[in-house]
Amino acid sequence: MDLEPIAGPGELLEVSMGPHHPSTHGVFRMDVRLDGERVVRLKPVFGYLHRNHEKIAEKGAYLAAIPYTDRLDYLCSMTNNWGYVLAVEKLAGIQVPERAEYIRVIVAELTRFQNHAGLVGFLLQDMGASGTPLMYAFREREKVLDLFESLSGARMMCNYMRFGGVRVDCSAEWLDEVRQLVGVLPRFLDEFENLLRANEILMARTQGTGVLPRELAINAGVTGPMLRASGVNYDIRKVDKYGIYDRFKFGVPLGEHGDVYDRYMMRILEMRESVKILEQALRDIPAGPVIDPKVRLRGLRPKVGEAYGRIESPKGELGFFLISDGSGNPYRYRVRPPCMINLTILEDMCLGENIADTVIILGSVDIVLGEVDR
Amino acid sequence: MLGEGIIQGLVETARNFFGSYVEKDRLTTVQYPEERHTLPEASRVFPILLYDGDDAAKGLRCVACQICEKECPPRCIHIEKSKDKKPDFVGKQQFYPAVFDIDVAVCMSCQICVEVCPFDAIRMDKVYELSTSDRFGGLLWTKEQLSKPNEYYQKIHPMEAAETDERRVKELAEAQAKAAAAAAKAAQTASPAPGDASGNGASAAAKPATAVHE
Repeated sequence: MDLEPIAGPGELLEVSMGPHHPSTHGVFRMDVRLDGERVVRLKPVFGYLHRNHEKIAEKGAYLAAIPYTDRLDYLCSMTNNWGYVLAVEKLAGIQVPERAEYIRVIVAELTRFQNHAGLVGFLLQDMGASGTPLMYAFREREKVLDLFESLSGARMMCNYMRFGGVRVDCSAEWLDEVRQLVGVLPRFLDEFENLLRANEILMARTQGTGVLPRELAINAGVTGPMLRASGVNYDIRKVDKYGIYDRFKFGVPLGEHGDVYDRYMMRILEMRESVKILEQALRDIPAGPVIDPKVRLRGLRPKVGEAYGRIESPKGELGFFLISDGSGNPYRYRVRPPCMINLTILEDMCLGENIADTVIILGSVDIVLGEVDR
Repeated sequence: MLGEGIIQGLVETARNFFGSYVEKDRLTTVQYPEERHTLPEASRVFPILLYDGDDAAKGLRCVACQICEKECPPRCIHIEKSKDKKPDFVGKQQFYPAVFDIDVAVCMSCQICVEVCPFDAIRMDKVYELSTSDRFGGLLWTKEQLSKPNEYYQKIHPMEAAETDERRVKELAEAQAKAAAAAAKAAQTASPAPGDASGNGASAAAKPATAVHE
């Protein structure tokens, strides 16, 4: 850090928050310069969880990178898989069967639901609503993870998608279980929303806190629910229509103020839209193969070229950029992590706020350090 | 009214609290280790090596082709090919792994070894309480520790195992038919009598059939 020494007693106080502070959501540190309770300077310090993800993926075969993408944002392995296989499919020109596209949408929206539920639970926990909302959120998240386990074999590190489809087909019973869960989710969402949405203490704490202006959000490259909370209508599912997202009717919720409250409500509203997509996908899913048997999973050698696959992960635009030199492993493999780019704006949101509010502002960004540091 | 939102929230808390006594999906806690979830069939933890019959060394399906060693993303598999050969389930002479180690401290349970194995030799186990006080030897599993009979696989993954067994029976039948045809052809060129040829074919086919247990 290049912080200048403190001039004298009674002036500014430097506090190092983290890397093991309970509400910093992982090994992440904030160097905060305080004037009394007010933040006058804040530097996010990250890199503690660096695991050399990109170079490992460049060393291994195309197939071998898929389980590593699970570990980027370890709450949303399914969407990470999708982002990577989308890039490989673009690179190698692989088509995906209908049924696999539907299964991908179903698991991705379930992932979005469980990520947002968990995030809202953690955010409310940071605000002092100790335990209760988080436990309700994790109770529902558990049901989603059970479904992932019976489908893919693992609860969090699913390693489920393959270029050209998905690894295994889902059974009719599994689809029925998802239908059953999707049937009860609206009730959970109503309860979860009523729990604290109109709570006067929460509103006083969050409204007008950590405002991210629209122009700044666009200039900083912020994506995902954070950008939409600032009122920018930008959703890769609508912009790119990757997969089969053009077939579903769903809305993109937008915020007005870009404060912590808007970002919190954005997650609740997005969960409702996810339920809508799930209902449509479960209604329309056709029978058929889930993977093209002609696709070579092992020893895939795409033609020389480059491709960028991007998806709307629960946290924002997750992109994978691949360059192929015609060999069995990518020449360059680059991840565009939504968490890290959203995090770069942290200082601008925290300036002038109280020290206690930096914690909830950080919580509302929705970061997972596995993806920030890679 | 000020405080209305707080009361509204407390109503939800009360609904969940009292609901947890009557509704099953509001109380999902499992009292581990007294109670346990039954794992779904697809569940996976660490790899095992399968063998046919009773003798692990004789019936081991692995032919030491080393594909899994190359494809394993964290490179946790170590294989040394044998010098000699032994017959596989269709009677073909194959190498076998002299050494087959998996470092489970490195393994990340991704199942890619299972996907790439062309010999149905490696599969995923479901055993999960595996803590050990031996940090090095206890986490390096040898061929002997990894070897599990096919009956065990049928027990933990019944649907997958049925599919695999069906395919292997078919492969065996094809190999037997091929052997019988080859024997018949050989017999025909040696002696013109057709009666002999069918007898040779049957005896050639009977030998490898003992290797498959269902």
